[in-house]
Amino acid sequence: MAKITYIEHDGTEHVIDVKNGLTVMEGAVKNNVPGIDADCGGACACATCHVYVDEAWRDKTGTSSAMEESMLDFAENVEPNSRLSCQIKVSDALDGLVVRMPESQH
Amino acid sequence: MSDPAHVVILGAGHAGGTAAALLRQYGFEGPITLVGEEPLPPYQRPPLSKAWLKGEADADSLALKPVEFYAEHNIDFRASTRATALNRGAKTDTLSDGSQLSYDTLIIATGAHAIALPIPGADLEGVMFLRTAADAELLKATVGPGKRLAVVGGGYIGLEVAASGRALGAEVVVLERESRLLARVACESLSTYFKAYHEKQGVSFVLDATATAFEGKDGHVTGVTLEDGRTIACDAVVVGVGAAPNDEIARESGLETARGIVVDLEARTADPSIFAIGDVAHRPMPIYDRMFRMESVPNALEQAKQAASAIAGRPAPAGEVPWQWSDQYDLKLQIAGYAFDVDEILLRGDPSTNKFAVFHLKGDLVQSVEAINSPPEFMMGKQLILGRRPVDKARLADPSISMKEVAA
Repeated sequence: MAKITYIEHDGTEHVIDVKNGLTVMEGAVKNNVPGIDADCGGACACATCHVYVDEAWRDKTGTSSAMEESMLDFAENVEPNSRLSCQIKVSDALDGLVVRMPESQH
Repeated sequence: MSDPAHVVILGAGHAGGTAAALLRQYGFEGPITLVGEEPLPPYQRPPLSKAWLKGEADADSLALKPVEFYAEHNIDFRASTRATALNRGAKTDTLSDGSQLSYDTLIIATGAHAIALPIPGADLEGVMFLRTAADAELLKATVGPGKRLAVVGGGYIGLEVAASGRALGAEVVVLERESRLLARVACESLSTYFKAYHEKQGVSFVLDATATAFEGKDGHVTGVTLEDGRTIACDAVVVGVGAAPNDEIARESGLETARGIVVDLEARTADPSIFAIGDVAHRPMPIYDRMFRMESVPNALEQAKQAASAIAGRPAPAGEVPWQWSDQYDLKLQIAGYAFDVDEILLRGDPSTNKFAVFHLKGDLVQSVEAINSPPEFMMGKQLILGRRPVDKARLADPSISMKEVAA
């Protein structure tokens, strides 16, 4: 279990307990947190679950695969700490994780 | 915000379930009733022919929302129930349990059903479809090592089932009526590519194969007989020959239907209190200046957004490019747009590297792109389709020029 803080673009915070094994994207979608669309349901096919990982957590959330990198490269408003949240698996090590959402996923 | 009136959603698939959740996200506070024909609350269908069938996803991960979500958000989810009639004058639906359900606003999201083959033996045990979680459970329990699966229909569902069937250890033969795979949906070079790739994985194909009967023994299917008299032996069949919209109650109530229920850009029918979304809707697509019906999750989500935005009084979502995806073995196929009015097909990259894209052009405008293991072509292709900006075809065909430079 990890407590994850999702921060919408307008600053609204959602603190959610997410089970290990789910992805950061699933934690948001299953709890109806706005701002993460995840059109493809986690198949790494759409880049609509884009988040910015808080600096302190970049190492712990791992690195992106070539496919993820390649999808992100064409998403809007990409920053060095951009990730696709469907590619980050939740574990105890991510307890306290903070991610921020971009203005739009499309 | 309009009055918090009662919203009834008929159909608890990807479209209906998403519309309910979005209405709450958008601040709609009125009662919502979500009526679903299946016993399960809304779940994702795409994994049924992909990750789930191979055992890589469980029921919890399929669910769109946890089961308690609906009660917590004042959404009355009615399982195993469907509407049998719509009375627009009284603004009520007749449900399969005989009760009447009143609505102020109705969203029809009843989806589509798999088309059955009208041939002898279609009711034999072992002749299956792949539409619902129950279908997928049955298929998974039936197919495995030592079994021979015949797939009728070489479209995307058929090919995904073939790939998953191989992953489950079954022998797989695909029977296709046309002379090539994906005949309705993809260009010839892609058909050829997919056939060769599946053959390498051990799938066999019979093309120009019209099934005329299913053979059986003790009530269970044992083979598929073809028009030329051959019988293809098998232990199980999946029929994947397309789907038809569940638009009967709308049609009977006098709503206009074409290839589905006719709606506008807000997903609203000519009856201002009725919307139709997802596989059941026949909808406008401004970038192609035409109306058609789509069967895809992105379309279901987009129309759920359109309807929920209109009902909750929010601005309409931004312009969209329809898209879809398919996973087969280690191939990721991403398709953006539809190949309407195409006069040229352009290949970018080398299919033998399993990384290439096929662009469909109308003059120098990109109408659609099919990208195999090529996210940049897909992502930039989407932008080119939406922007309706002319491209330099020679540069587009040259994979040494990046997609960003091509589009610059």
